[in-house]
Amino acid sequence: MTLILFSYFAAVIVATAIGVIASRKPVNSALALLVMFFHVAGLFVLLDAEFIAAVQIIVYAGAILVLYLFVVMLLNVRAEEGYHRQFVVGLVVGLAILIEAVLILSRSGFADRFPPTVSLAPSAAAIQGNTEAIGRALYTTYLFPFEVASLILLVAMIGAIILAKKGIFGKEERRK
Amino acid sequence: MVPLSYYVILSLIVFMIGVIGVLIRRNIIVILLSIELMLNAANINFVAFSHYLQNVTGQVFVFFVLTVAAAEVVVGLAIIIALYRGKSTIHVEDVNRMKW
Repeated sequence: MTLILFSYFAAVIVATAIGVIASRKPVNSALALLVMFFHVAGLFVLLDAEFIAAVQIIVYAGAILVLYLFVVMLLNVRAEEGYHRQFVVGLVVGLAILIEAVLILSRSGFADRFPPTVSLAPSAAAIQGNTEAIGRALYTTYLFPFEVASLILLVAMIGAIILAKKGIFGKEERRK
Repeated sequence: MVPLSYYVILSLIVFMIGVIGVLIRRNIIVILLSIELMLNAANINFVAFSHYLQNVTGQVFVFFVLTVAAAEVVVGLAIIIALYRGKSTIHVEDVNRMKW
């Protein structure tokens, strides 16, 4: 059952990821990415990470992608006629790295060290609940990285305001 | 049950699709979307390892990836808007002033 669900989610994720980079209109790319985010969230539920799945939908699909769609519609860009002229090189390089990595992975005996039998004994996270376990780790062990993350968000906010505001350096003021 | 290597290979495929997208597309917005693909591939890996090692740390790291993704999107889109205002294009080969 889990394998069937995984296969469905994986197939849709790969298909929509290809749709993101292949479709000519940016709006179609963004909507394909939306479908992909929902299926990645489904994969997270499959992995017993319910809270992360909810955050994935709320933050990625609800906030980040809406921002993308907003900018796409604001700029009203035309559809591309073709890909970049390094299309063939990019494709060959990407596929070569992919094949190499899959080869390395399949020969490393990596899968034997993580046998597919999970939760022989119910873990601590499963007993006290996923959200509680994450909160406990986030606010005790990872408190300092958490504060640094808030600083990153502050810097991003200030940077976006400064970059997008017209005439904040006084030079463009005359053009109005 | 699904072996861990399936998840790793899935995230590898998604990551490489993102890399190919960055290399072949001309629209800067789609290039940023490809970067989102790569970040999501990393998230799949984090959560899969967190599940198989029975350790919640991987899921905490997804939060930090999410924070960085949000910051990257906000700054990137602000740069795109500033670029479009100045040059009326968001195609990468039209923006080559800093190329030697």
